[in-house]
Amino acid sequence: MEYILLIISAVFINNVVLAQFLGICPFLGVSNKVSTAIGMAGAVTFVIVLATTVTYLVQIYVLNPLGIAFMQTITFILLIAFLVQMVEIILKKISQPLYQALGIFLPLITTNCAVLGVAILVIQKNYNLLEGVIYGASTAIGFGLAIVILAGIREQLELVDVPQGMKGVPLSLVIAGILALAFMGFTGIV
Amino acid sequence: MNQLQNFTKGFFKENPILVLVLGTCPTLATTSSALNGMGMGIATTFVLIGSNVVISLLSKFIPDKVRIPAFIVIIASFVTIVDLFMQAYVPSLYEKLGIFIPLIVVNCIVLGRAEAFASKNTVFSSLVDGAGMGLGFTMALGILGSFREIVGSGAIFGHKFIKGDGVLVFILAPGAFLALGYLIALINKLKRT
Repeated sequence: MEYILLIISAVFINNVVLAQFLGICPFLGVSNKVSTAIGMAGAVTFVIVLATTVTYLVQIYVLNPLGIAFMQTITFILLIAFLVQMVEIILKKISQPLYQALGIFLPLITTNCAVLGVAILVIQKNYNLLEGVIYGASTAIGFGLAIVILAGIREQLELVDVPQGMKGVPLSLVIAGILALAFMGFTGIV
Repeated sequence: MNQLQNFTKGFFKENPILVLVLGTCPTLATTSSALNGMGMGIATTFVLIGSNVVISLLSKFIPDKVRIPAFIVIIASFVTIVDLFMQAYVPSLYEKLGIFIPLIVVNCIVLGRAEAFASKNTVFSSLVDGAGMGLGFTMALGILGSFREIVGSGAIFGHKFIKGDGVLVFILAPGAFLALGYLIALINKLKRT
């Protein structure tokens, strides 16, 4: 039961993009088409789950025993960069179609603050490994949900005549604001 | 380009938030009040100056192929310094900015300036560039933070000037998106005229 609450809370109530402001860059950058948004969401989910697991283990079994927890930021970002690189190489070798679908998004993910953010939050919130992975996965699903909704709305607005200055980023931000307002309606259900 | 232009380009022509739209995560998250926003801006400025200087010093020695990981390590070191420093001296601000202090490391502005400017220019112009960009970032955060604080809670730098609450939504998450969206739209409008 508590896992279900954790999932609902991470997907809807504390949505990673709309309530915690992590991963805004890809949220605005690759949300012009639903298909690319789904690709990005898939890649992010994959990397977040992997990164959360690895950074958690490194924190517990390497950084903490050695008493160098202050090296967290440096270690985590290097691990994430390394993992993303590995995933890219492995995907290219074993699954060409998957690589075609996710490949172009992978290099962008290293600088996606949602990945590093979730890795650090899991440590800060004192989750155990299972909770951490569930939290990571549901955060990623929340990211996917938000980016796919935004992409859907932006596709519909493609042909609409908007004032010149509002085109592009400002319009996406305003839509995101309204979405965030809608997501605030979930507050209090858990 | 002379040094003055190099310094001022971060404020208007190439303002990292309002024109280039980089580093939106900390922008949205930390501007619920003017003070938080500017605190974040100054922390980022420190990292930008430090990493720009070190990277321009080392750019001849870093092999081209591993430059991005090398830059990230340098940036992460400065972020760790800021993190520990803020934890020690301004704990209340540190508490409020929370996770966004370590996340300066993935702020696109910092890596962007390292790659686009510091790795190709002299130490002094990199320093000026870092300072200009950082202060431009701080300025944008200050404007957005002041706006949200004035409208959202009827206060400025923590001093209240109305009774009761303001338009609370501007302090909350949706207000951040709306305020930044309209601010950028305004800048776009001003740029064209």
